[in-house]
Amino acid sequence: MCLTTCPTYDLTKFERSSPRGRIQLIRAVADGRLGITPAFVDEMNFCLDCQACETACPAGVKYGRMVESARVLIEKTKTRHTISDRIKKIGLNFILTSRIRLRIAGFLLWFVQASGIQKALIKTGLLDLFGKNLTEYLKLLPQMKFRNTEGMLKGINLKPRNPSYKVAFLSGCIMDIAFSDVNYDTVKFLLKNNCEVFIPRGQVCCGSLHAHNGEMDTAVKLMKKNIDIFSSEGYDFLVSNSAGCGAFMKEYGHLMEDDAEYKERAGVFSEKVKDFSEFALLLDYSQKMKSPEGVVTYHDACHLVHSQKISSQPREMLSRIPGMKLVNLHESTWCCGSAGIYNVTRYEDSMKFLEKKMGNIRETKADLIITANPGCMLQIQYGLQKDGSQAKVEHPATLMNRLMREE
Amino acid sequence: MQYHLVDELKRICGEKNVYDSPEDKIAYSYDGTPLYYKEPLAIVFPQDADQISRIMKFANESEFAVVPRGAGTGLSGGSVPVDNSIVMVMTKWNKILEIDQSNLTAWVEPGVITGNFQREVEKIGLFYPPDPGSLNVCTIGGNVAENAGGLRGLKYGVTKNYVMGYEMVLPTGDVLKFGGKNYKDVAGYNLRDIAIGSEGTLGIFTKILLRLIPLPQRSITMKAHFNSLLDSGRSVAEIIASHIVPSMIEFLDNTTINCIEDYTKIGLPRNAAAMLILEVDGRGDIVDFEANKILEILKTNNGQGIQHTSNADEANILKTARRSAFSALARRAPTVILEDATVPRSELPVMIEKVQEAARKFDLMIGNFGHAGDGNLHPTCLIDERNQSELDRAMKAFDFIFEEAIKLGGTITGEHGTGLAKKQFFEKSAEIPALDLMRKIKSSVDPNNVLNPGKIFSRSPKCESYKF
Ligand SMILES: Cc1cc2nc3c(=O)[nH]c(=O)nc-3n(C[C@H](O)[C@H](O)[C@H](O)COP(=O)(O)OP(=O)(O)OC[C@H]3O[C@@H](n4cnc5c(N)ncnc54)[C@H](O)[C@@H]3O)c2cc1C
Repeated sequence: MCLTTCPTYDLTKFERSSPRGRIQLIRAVADGRLGITPAFVDEMNFCLDCQACETACPAGVKYGRMVESARVLIEKTKTRHTISDRIKKIGLNFILTSRIRLRIAGFLLWFVQASGIQKALIKTGLLDLFGKNLTEYLKLLPQMKFRNTEGMLKGINLKPRNPSYKVAFLSGCIMDIAFSDVNYDTVKFLLKNNCEVFIPRGQVCCGSLHAHNGEMDTAVKLMKKNIDIFSSEGYDFLVSNSAGCGAFMKEYGHLMEDDAEYKERAGVFSEKVKDFSEFALLLDYSQKMKSPEGVVTYHDACHLVHSQKISSQPREMLSRIPGMKLVNLHESTWCCGSAGIYNVTRYEDSMKFLEKKMGNIRETKADLIITANPGCMLQIQYGLQKDGSQAKVEHPATLMNRLMREE
Repeated sequence: MQYHLVDELKRICGEKNVYDSPEDKIAYSYDGTPLYYKEPLAIVFPQDADQISRIMKFANESEFAVVPRGAGTGLSGGSVPVDNSIVMVMTKWNKILEIDQSNLTAWVEPGVITGNFQREVEKIGLFYPPDPGSLNVCTIGGNVAENAGGLRGLKYGVTKNYVMGYEMVLPTGDVLKFGGKNYKDVAGYNLRDIAIGSEGTLGIFTKILLRLIPLPQRSITMKAHFNSLLDSGRSVAEIIASHIVPSMIEFLDNTTINCIEDYTKIGLPRNAAAMLILEVDGRGDIVDFEANKILEILKTNNGQGIQHTSNADEANILKTARRSAFSALARRAPTVILEDATVPRSELPVMIEKVQEAARKFDLMIGNFGHAGDGNLHPTCLIDERNQSELDRAMKAFDFIFEEAIKLGGTITGEHGTGLAKKQFFEKSAEIPALDLMRKIKSSVDPNNVLNPGKIFSRSPKCESYKF
């Protein structure tokens, strides 16, 4: 039943590019019938990890985990590493594991972007010498923010007097340097709804990027650190505004099952994780909101709809906004091709998935596309830009905060 | 030899349409049937009927076998490769060629996905009823080759009732057209029907002409559960006897109800012996009349928690239980063997008892659900294939179930086909002269036995005198 929901099968109509085909390949490797061939590696990387197949599977097969373990195996058996492998490794193991290093990297990138160096470079066409896609990759990069989340929230009181909820918040890694505005909107919206917001210092990246790229050991270290730091204080929920982080943090409990020391706390940690939209439904905000302008549509981020099975909540959250004109996006649960760093590592394939998505978006004639994952936001933004469209992409938290009046 | 084979196939179909990497061979070594697995020599995606014809001629010269394949959702091993075979994949033939609104017919390519076709014709108020549970994946070609059924079989029949004709490449490479848009046609033998349900052994469909009917205007969905199997059986029998033809009567047994409840937590009655989900459809007041009659029958037969609705969303909720049946059972065990023993519907209560007996006798977990209206049950055995003793017991249990079905005048397969999985049961249970005739038909159409050989029955009888 997975076949028709799989973007790569839809594109190629090849059984080996289907979930069931990949599972058979993984089995063949596990049984020793097949070696780790280039074609096997390619097939594992071709998978977007969107997990639409898991939603469709009648038998509840945990496909995502199988592909992840296959990738771990591929990493382990690699004898030669390409330059991009090395860059990836440095990114994952050196930069993303430390707040300070991450912020420095973010600042450097911001400088390149803000100073116009990037634009100038693109203009000269010099970059095309490095392969024609580099220019496009740069356009896909998020615009770094000068201030990180902490900087933006400076001077704002995070502790109302009689809060209805105490909400923990993970400012994230990429979110923190490139989407600190979305973080700001999330926190502001929570505060406007009388929540206390707890942003513990010393928190680290959730580890999902590492786990998805075969670096499980690093992921475990990060997970443990977060569990330690967050459980230093009591809170009601941990609200996540990034679908990927939310999905992964909900998995901590399961992933730590065999760790006697962390098992229990990891379980509690995961249980408290709520997506922004899930949590917003507990709040009574509709009275205090302005109506949005124009027509709005909603694109399901894979890590929300397929990993977390959250699809009705964001729609319900949006439709509680007075005067909301929400139109249905055809095939809204299909991956937009962003898929982490897929749009950089497999640019050409990614564009085919984006084209399908953009076709459906055009059909809605929406002025505003709402989606809850930074990756999807960038990808769709890029698609709109290519289309020369006037429509905008926004994170739900940004929309919610923008429309909500101050108390 | 193999080197030459792939080269020649590439010459016929083009470089890009032939695959023989180890990865591709693994990915076309199975279908939807558990326990069956074999790698082909190569995989081809033919582009037109002429290429198929040339491949078949080549197969006859070089003595390799060709296994046609749709979406590979089959549950009897129909598209699993055999020894020395290539797989011919038809999924890229996915165009609807024509919808003829004056004759209410449609020409489609065999790779069109059943659910997509249904949605397409429903947009213009037409209806293609056959709805196998796999409809969002399986192909029309696979449906015709398996004569697939579905939930609506009772009122609307199965795939064969909607096939008016087709174009087919014979195993020898000849391309023939069968049937046509005529509602009446008695010129010569009715050859058309012989290839419907032939499981890809008599020819490869390249174009299919389907019959369409007007889309029913409205429907009413009903649900009831029962404390005894007898009551549910009586209800079904009385509904049929009162000359009402519901579009659906689905049955779930206690094991299945409990598995569904574990999985969905929608508040199903765990103690109920059985549950029925029914639907009537049609035009205007007749629908209400029929629904009322059914509700009355459910009540007099001690139906509990009776519900009914004409609202589509509410109906979906009532149908959730039935829709989740397979999933709920599948989550219970690593290996799920789903069968489709079918009996004349009057014998259904007896057959249900027999399935329960098999579960007890062989100490197995067998959930049972199915299309009560047409006597088609899905006894579903939950095992772990790595446990040899359990596997053996499951095989014995199915032997027993099939034997009982035959005794009741039933059949070993109502809709999934014989393929590889039920071949041994079929060869045991079929009438010898009938089996003989089938073999003769096969050898006259496919003298060198190159098209999907060894499916349904073996070409040469193994031990004909053996029969129970
Ligand atoms: C979850 C699930 C639910 C199901 N529910 C039902 C159900 O309710 N009712 C039902 O009847 N079946 C059901 N099935 C079984 C299966 O879906 C049907 O048998 C279906 O018709 C197979 O279609 P396919 O395209 O997958 O064909 P495949 O499995 O690929 O092939 C089936 C047979 O058709 C032959 N074939 C395929 N294409 C052609 C062609 N163009 N020309 C000649 N021969 C061809 C193959 O050689 C093979 O013998 C179910 C299967 C699953 C997995």
